[in-house]
Amino acid sequence: MTIRFLLNGEPQEADASPTTTLLDWLRERKGLTGTKEGCNEGDCGACTVMVTDVDGSRALNACILFMPQLQGRAVRTVEGIAGPDGTLHPVQEAMVAHHGSQCGFCTPGFIVSMATAHLNGRRDHDDQLAGNLCRCTGYAPIIRAAKAAAEAPVPDWMTGDAEALDLLRQDMPATGNVAMPTSSDDLAAWYEAHPDAVLIAGATDVGLWVTKALRDLEPVAFLNNCSDLKGIVSDGGAIRVGAMTQLTDFGDFIADRHPSFAEMIRRYGSVQVRNAATIGGNIANGSPIGDGPPPLIALGATLHLRRGDARRSIALEDFFLDYGRQDRAPGEFVEAVSIPVQPDRLRVYKLSKRFDQDISAVCGAFNVTVEDGTVSAARIAFGGMAGIPKRAAHAEAALIGQPWTTRTVQAAKAAFAEDFTPLTDMRASAGYRLEAAGNMLLRYFRDMAGETVSVLEVRP
Amino acid sequence: MSVHKALPHDAAPLHVTGAARYVDDVPVPRDCLHLAFGLSKVAKGRLVRLDLTAVRSAPGVVLVLAGEDFAQIPDCSPSAHDEPLLSDGTIHYAGQPLFLVAAESHLLARRAAALAVVEIAEERPILTIDEAIAAGSIFEEGPRVYAKGDVDAALARAPHVIEGSLEIGGQEHFYLEGQAALVLPQEAGDMIVHSSSQHPTEIQHKVADAIGRPMHAVRVEVRRMGGGFGGKESQGNHLAIACAVVAARTGRPAKMRYDRDDDFTVTGKRHDARIDYRAGVDRDGRLLGVDFVQMIRCGWSMDLSLPVADRAMLHADNAYLLPNARITSHRLKTNTQSATAFRGFGGPQGMVGIERVMDHVAHTLGLDPLEVRRRNFYAEAEAHGANAAMRTSGKMKGEVLDTADLAGRGSVKVETGSGHSKRFGGAHSPVPMEAGNTTPYGMEVEDFILRAMTARLEEVAEIEARRTAVAAWNEANEVLKRGIAVTPVKFGISFTLTHLNQAGALVHVYQDGSIHMNHGGTEMGQGLFQKVAQVAADRFGVGPERVKITATDTAKVPNTSATAASSGSDLNGMAVKAACDEIRDRIAEVVAPELQAEPAAVVFEGGMVRAGSAEMTFEEAVSRTYMARVSLSATGFYRTPKIEWDRIAGRGRPFFYFAYGVSCSEVVIDTLTGENRILRTDIIHDCGRSLNPALDIGQIEGGFVQGAGWLTMEELVWDGAGRLRTHAPSTYKIPACSDRPEVFNVELWDGENREETIYRSKAVGEPPFMLGISVFSALGNACAAAGPNFPDLQAPATPEAVLAAVGRARG
Repeated sequence: MTIRFLLNGEPQEADASPTTTLLDWLRERKGLTGTKEGCNEGDCGACTVMVTDVDGSRALNACILFMPQLQGRAVRTVEGIAGPDGTLHPVQEAMVAHHGSQCGFCTPGFIVSMATAHLNGRRDHDDQLAGNLCRCTGYAPIIRAAKAAAEAPVPDWMTGDAEALDLLRQDMPATGNVAMPTSSDDLAAWYEAHPDAVLIAGATDVGLWVTKALRDLEPVAFLNNCSDLKGIVSDGGAIRVGAMTQLTDFGDFIADRHPSFAEMIRRYGSVQVRNAATIGGNIANGSPIGDGPPPLIALGATLHLRRGDARRSIALEDFFLDYGRQDRAPGEFVEAVSIPVQPDRLRVYKLSKRFDQDISAVCGAFNVTVEDGTVSAARIAFGGMAGIPKRAAHAEAALIGQPWTTRTVQAAKAAFAEDFTPLTDMRASAGYRLEAAGNMLLRYFRDMAGETVSVLEVRP
Repeated sequence: MSVHKALPHDAAPLHVTGAARYVDDVPVPRDCLHLAFGLSKVAKGRLVRLDLTAVRSAPGVVLVLAGEDFAQIPDCSPSAHDEPLLSDGTIHYAGQPLFLVAAESHLLARRAAALAVVEIAEERPILTIDEAIAAGSIFEEGPRVYAKGDVDAALARAPHVIEGSLEIGGQEHFYLEGQAALVLPQEAGDMIVHSSSQHPTEIQHKVADAIGRPMHAVRVEVRRMGGGFGGKESQGNHLAIACAVVAARTGRPAKMRYDRDDDFTVTGKRHDARIDYRAGVDRDGRLLGVDFVQMIRCGWSMDLSLPVADRAMLHADNAYLLPNARITSHRLKTNTQSATAFRGFGGPQGMVGIERVMDHVAHTLGLDPLEVRRRNFYAEAEAHGANAAMRTSGKMKGEVLDTADLAGRGSVKVETGSGHSKRFGGAHSPVPMEAGNTTPYGMEVEDFILRAMTARLEEVAEIEARRTAVAAWNEANEVLKRGIAVTPVKFGISFTLTHLNQAGALVHVYQDGSIHMNHGGTEMGQGLFQKVAQVAADRFGVGPERVKITATDTAKVPNTSATAASSGSDLNGMAVKAACDEIRDRIAEVVAPELQAEPAAVVFEGGMVRAGSAEMTFEEAVSRTYMARVSLSATGFYRTPKIEWDRIAGRGRPFFYFAYGVSCSEVVIDTLTGENRILRTDIIHDCGRSLNPALDIGQIEGGFVQGAGWLTMEELVWDGAGRLRTHAPSTYKIPACSDRPEVFNVELWDGENREETIYRSKAVGEPPFMLGISVFSALGNACAAAGPNFPDLQAPATPEAVLAAVGRARG
């Protein structure tokens, strides 16, 4: 199929199979070898590129970005960060001046992430660069460079992409086994006719089916042009989040209402991953260790499913039936998830070996209502503790109706053993998972009492 | 002077624009083949059936090779000829290459490799340290033992004997650029090899061997690596050999790069280890004797494991004078990836052992851990006449040491029946030791400066005040506990395989005064090329921009050693200096009459060649030398002086000198989850008279974070069948940006190398890695704040390991 997009300001018509990654296309077809392959799974950031569309400019991992996802968008690689006359971008100058490169292999990815953050006026450098791994420098000089470049004006060549997008606007008709629907209705009709198809939302998981599992995916549909599946609306009673809403956007939205949820999302994947990954995709893939479902379940979220013209809504926790099995019919897809508006009592604790960009060993979400010193309601949900994201029914029962005291919490903590029989794997042992999950309830108790409960809050 | 200047990395402008080329970026001819291995999923057994029919008929496949396709399977080992490129039918580990696919693209080769039908008669693998010890599965004929004094007597009379055991995890290199090689066949069967390798000569040697040609038929070029860290000292052999074999059979260029998961699965990592210790101390925490047993897991083949294990023994003392010591080293053979070189090369494992002893002693005796360390430090050298100073401070320590009877103890404890142990009675018999300042292997420590460095660190890091603040915090906070620790580094510089301490260089000066510089060292990000170019520029008195840095090339400088052991600048800097001085002397000879001076009076500085008030430009001098028909090209050579030792006996001087550093880290842990974080780190590090302070600080910051990662979040997990479960960055976590200390101060020690090294600088590649031990020690300190018992934290200190240690502290 032919994909039309801008590459470093130049229009391209790329002929590529639907699961050709941008990284392979750049390196093998265009001979643009500045963009590096470090891991081929979206975890190291060496392949970071900047992609601009109507929503703005974002850093993305080119290794798990399929060519059709670029249709009508503008791509800037490291080769396009310096000016047309070779003038270095301020972040490039600063990286040289502050000794921010050693072996240089991660550097192009850092440069693109830094230039994108610079364009977007972001100063939270540690978070903006959490998806770029460096093994040489220990990061200190890179952060010094990012700080040094922060005040420099954005070079004019960095802003041209957004203006040029109109030139590219054009619909892509479905071609055989590959669909690029532009609305929920389009998708519903096509998917009903191709119920065995793979739906690609952000490709942060499906990308690995291609790059690591070496699978053929067709038929496939790329959902990133379904604009009505994207976005968040609040009607007072509920917040409805479209399935194609990216984690970046959801995190920004939820920060005011449930800051602990937003803080977890800050550590969910990386900037590059959150810019691609969607709320709906994180639910639909049914992973037992996805970080989206536990807090959504704790908030009492409802899932909205659609097949053809038929729609239904279920409690989110009921969607997850068993490991690898969800309550989803062939041809049915996730349209949205809605969250009841409520006072903020939610706390989300993500436990992993590394704080940033790591898959949780345990992700616990706690939402306990206390009235007049007595627990009146409790929703506690975990990832990483079972084959599915799951509520801690026994622990909840042990809390409800009891006085909100350490003693009650200790008793409820013991009930986790009835709720969960976790696994031992490379992330943690079963015993540790159970102990830490129980201890999270103690943390929640202290947290609600206003104590400092996270090592991330401690300053030197 | 262009030396001692903080110039940026020579390739930095190329790095930041994406223009720096790595092996996979080199444009290749259209007919280039791409290679992939098919790997064993089983850790031990016999290959019963290998059906490659589907692989051969897969799209784009040109050639498929298995062990049976070779009269003799090429060997990839750097040491023992025990690593066939493809399995000969015996399966040694999960990840071992079974067959090789050459196809029209990287992706097609990978897809084809997945189609093989493999049947393996599985056997029970030997995976763990305990399993290997129980099975007697070892390299060499028995444990190696280095000893000093009478450790048994010392322990018997010690008022306190402290015992423990420490597990120390391995570490994946995670160089950002995976292993890669490209082979371009030439006329008459010659080969040009581009390899991401720290050791081009080894690649040349192994490729020549594989294709049955002399070394002169193979030229290896290495412009740069995207990180090495030891992981490209021997682990690139397989790819270069595979490419050469395919190129020889097809006549087509061949390229191979591992997908990241394959890189994790196939290649070796840092040796994991267990160290058992018994330490006898007096009431003040002074060590009377230490008995270490180091169990080093080497994996399935020998690779570089013997010198790695040796270096672990050689660093079992770290910065401390051990009056009596015995270090027993078991080199265990297991059905796992063959552990290999990794920054520090065994030194870090040995050092963590003695630092654990220090913390354990301090906890048991209720003493300040830093004070315990200070009481056991080697005696400080003084600027000159150090011997006298050391003897004095040795006496001040009040130690009365037994006269060593090493020969007797050696013959008892070194495995009986070993031919090597006879050396104890031969020429290498040690003279009886006095209460000097010697290591357990009998080397006099002449350059110790850690007392002064530690005093400086205490001052700049305000350690005393912060220890008080940490204690106050821990008093006030039930859940989040802080810890603080200071740990020193004394790291021996030289290859312990003494003959490797040599280097060559080739320098040309062209008629226009531009300089072409080449040497045997490789660039992996450490800035070696820039440092050495600064040396060359300084010798000629010109700016560094005049010096062209060129790719390492076995056709220019032959018989090189690996760029390893932190030796790059020391060795190659001296070789380049020798070559430059040779040319400089010839120029001086030519122009001296014109300058009306003796050649010895001619100086090269500021782009001029002058004697007294007479001068001419460097270009003019070069031009005249050319016109006088005098060669402007020279080779240079260097070998490290003073080193001589016996690695079997563990006696002598393996190191030219020691590099020093000291760090203080403060951490916080969550006693509910074990989550932990570095809050602040202060470092003072000794680079001698730094050749380039910016590059050296880069090595220190980067080394520290890598060392801290090793001991905290980086965890390799194998399952019960011997399969590595952490084989990608999704499951194996190296430090990310926010994991560096929030406050991170690095200071270079203001001093110079006592030995005659290049401009009195010191090697810096590996030593800072071990500064990360202060984080591990501080985490133990924080765990100890949770309860009365010694927490016995194990490495890596993942949240799970920290929570377990908190539990032990509470009892």
